[in-house]
Amino acid sequence: MTKFVKGNEAVVIGAMYAGCDVYFGYPITPASEIAHAAARWFPSVGREFLQAECETASINMVYGAAAAGRLALTATSGPGMSLMQEGLSYMAGADLPGVVVNIMRAGPGLGNVYPEQGDYNQAVKGGGHGNYRCVVLAPASVQEMCDLTMRAFELSFKYLTPAIVLADGLLGQMMETLALPEREMPKPDTTSWAVHGTPETRGNLVVSIRPTALEQEAHNVRLQAKYAAMQVEAQHETYLCDDAELVLVAYGISSRIARTAAEALREQGVKAGVFRPLSLSPFPAPALCRTIEGRRALVVELSSGQFHDDVLLQIAKAGARYQPVGLCNRMGGMVVTVDEVVAAAKRELAGGAPGEPSGRLS
Amino acid sequence: MTQKKTVGMYESFVRSGQPTRATHYCAGCGHGIIHKLITEAMVELGLQDRTIIVNPIGCGVFGYYYCDCGNVGAAHGRAPAVGTAINRGRREAVVISYQGDGDLGAIGFNNTFQAASRGEHMAVFFVNNATYGMTGGQMAPTTLVGMKTTTSPFGRDPLTAGYPLHVCEVLNQLKAPVLIERVSVADTKRIMQARRAVRKALEIQRDGKGYAFVEFISPCPTNMGLDSIRAAIFCMEEMEREFPLGCMRDNSATAVPRAPVAPAPGVEAFFAQSERQHQAPVAEADEAFKEQRLKFTGFGGQGILSLGICVAEAARLEKRFTTWFPSYGPEQRGGSAACSVVVSGKPIGSPAVDRPDVLVCMNQPSYERFAPDVRPGGLVIVDASVPLTMPAPAGVRVVSMPAIDLSLRLGVPQAANTMMLAALAWLEVTGLRSEHLLAALDASFKKKPALVEKNRLLFSEATAWLERHVPAEVRG
Repeated sequence: MTKFVKGNEAVVIGAMYAGCDVYFGYPITPASEIAHAAARWFPSVGREFLQAECETASINMVYGAAAAGRLALTATSGPGMSLMQEGLSYMAGADLPGVVVNIMRAGPGLGNVYPEQGDYNQAVKGGGHGNYRCVVLAPASVQEMCDLTMRAFELSFKYLTPAIVLADGLLGQMMETLALPEREMPKPDTTSWAVHGTPETRGNLVVSIRPTALEQEAHNVRLQAKYAAMQVEAQHETYLCDDAELVLVAYGISSRIARTAAEALREQGVKAGVFRPLSLSPFPAPALCRTIEGRRALVVELSSGQFHDDVLLQIAKAGARYQPVGLCNRMGGMVVTVDEVVAAAKRELAGGAPGEPSGRLS
Repeated sequence: MTQKKTVGMYESFVRSGQPTRATHYCAGCGHGIIHKLITEAMVELGLQDRTIIVNPIGCGVFGYYYCDCGNVGAAHGRAPAVGTAINRGRREAVVISYQGDGDLGAIGFNNTFQAASRGEHMAVFFVNNATYGMTGGQMAPTTLVGMKTTTSPFGRDPLTAGYPLHVCEVLNQLKAPVLIERVSVADTKRIMQARRAVRKALEIQRDGKGYAFVEFISPCPTNMGLDSIRAAIFCMEEMEREFPLGCMRDNSATAVPRAPVAPAPGVEAFFAQSERQHQAPVAEADEAFKEQRLKFTGFGGQGILSLGICVAEAARLEKRFTTWFPSYGPEQRGGSAACSVVVSGKPIGSPAVDRPDVLVCMNQPSYERFAPDVRPGGLVIVDASVPLTMPAPAGVRVVSMPAIDLSLRLGVPQAANTMMLAALAWLEVTGLRSEHLLAALDASFKKKPALVEKNRLLFSEATAWLERHVPAEVRG
């Protein structure tokens, strides 16, 4: 069964097939169609939709639903995502699952509603207080808006930690053919830790408080071990990389532009490929190192170099030899064009000082 | 109270790993009494297994040490949001939101107000001791005028710090709450009334009748700077003057229990039944097909976005890969509209069309903005109302067609986009077959079947106009 839908609508379809019980959300462009679709479809299948009074409420509702052992979804964009950071920290601290979709827009501040990827650090590095990070998945198509929303629920409940689907205004607003999932995912059993208001869950307790430093440290050590264990879930995709002399490294919508740019470069005789992480946390660092080793690499992103910084960090942490990685980026809602990527790639191949950004920084 | 066996509480309280019978509350504090009243009513009403207490930030944060039921800790002020979700997710659960005055009246007041306004199914127990207890005796929204606290060291000055917040009175302006009552735990007589109010609030939850709010005037000897007796007297004399006790609303007798959830189809059945009309064949790879990148531009209301969807739908019917990306946000509401469509024989990279092969322009600003970007060998279809103030790039063909005028003369002014679709078909620039473009046009009116024939007529009128006025060599 296929359906021609917006990326934002595909998120809701994915959530429904994941078995999501409740949606809480506050409207914000360019994420609002997620709330619109949830408002139409959730009650139609006997599930709960509630328009919250603010994003602070939305995320704490996700927290509450998760505490009650339910699968909950909320969606927002930059300003709302900032408001949700405290709640995400509480969820991480209380080992609670739940999915937040961020349809990124341009910032900082009010910015505008056009596509950007400037919330990378906030999502990937744990934007709230304390030692935590979330599962962060980066779809690049309408199909993946659905599929990775499902995967976000799966990983979130497997590791009992919040998961973020990090997309942008372009992915949210664009329409593509979606092949609907074949069947609904089985519901996770939450009886051992959640409060259901039943005799068997009466003794369960969901809190993020650890009153003594000793307990809190032990909790933190356990959380870090959990994040390390998540590493096996890292996912990536390569396109035309086998014989590539230059690898474009990009996630989300930027990887789509990179894909077209790689094709254009090959038409012009440049062997280009694309490396794309599907999971930003955990980051597929070994695969990235293997793919770009001995080749030139160019990061394509719609932000200030946040992703570029992380690529360098991930290479270094993986113990790979340092190599320069170029940067081709736009910001503010300006979407980097295929022509710009092609030009930056050629500059990168032509040399330039190691590590010198080859694209525009302003 | 003291002689009676405590029910609904754990036999011993495990605090920092050590079992004890003492709570962490100071002597003369009201919290312990309120906990007892709640757990006692919970057990007597047979609700213990169903009860989930949402514990706040503040002195009540450790309520889970004592209350033998499901327990959740909420962020500061967010207990109403957390409680809302618990009950929305578990309708059989009896949800209690236990909050202090800073938590409820300051940082979380909007969450409280909105949950009350929605009539969420929860009992809210609000402990008003006129100060922040755990944080160190700071001024609360309920601190009395003139009262000294660590953040009002010269006494609360209403000119700079405002007046004490009357939460019950504010909530009493809302329609949804079933019960709103202010009680006190400062002496035995008052505790007996508080006990009745707690019981009523939980009965309302048991019966599924809605939102119940009980405020407790409660002594805090430590931060009031008084001994237990004097703190209780302060509550009865000073605080009750500001916050009079009493029941402001009790609609529990007339409130209607909520209806059970109606049965609904599963997700698979729902999409299978309601979305069948969206079926289209799955795209197939076809290396021979030349990727087409199209841009549609004009004013909002000219059907620009739906024209793009129509082309994308035709591509789907023809088993092509396709993407559609619209302008959105204030740009759209400001009058201009644009969308990009890519049609391809392989999975599509960028859905953004920077260099269109085909540009459709329904207004002058769009022509001036986008015509220079059209690829050599590309085509611009422009409405005849648009003055060609600048030449198209070298190697780009321009077809000017009176789509708006034709649609006006045929009495369907909204259908200029259908004329443009006909132009795309006749000029053979989409790489798609006319039958699929027509089928997509029909599908776009599936909710208004009367318009299908009308638009087919317009389509053929436009085709006839093109036959008469445009040289055939422009095609393809």
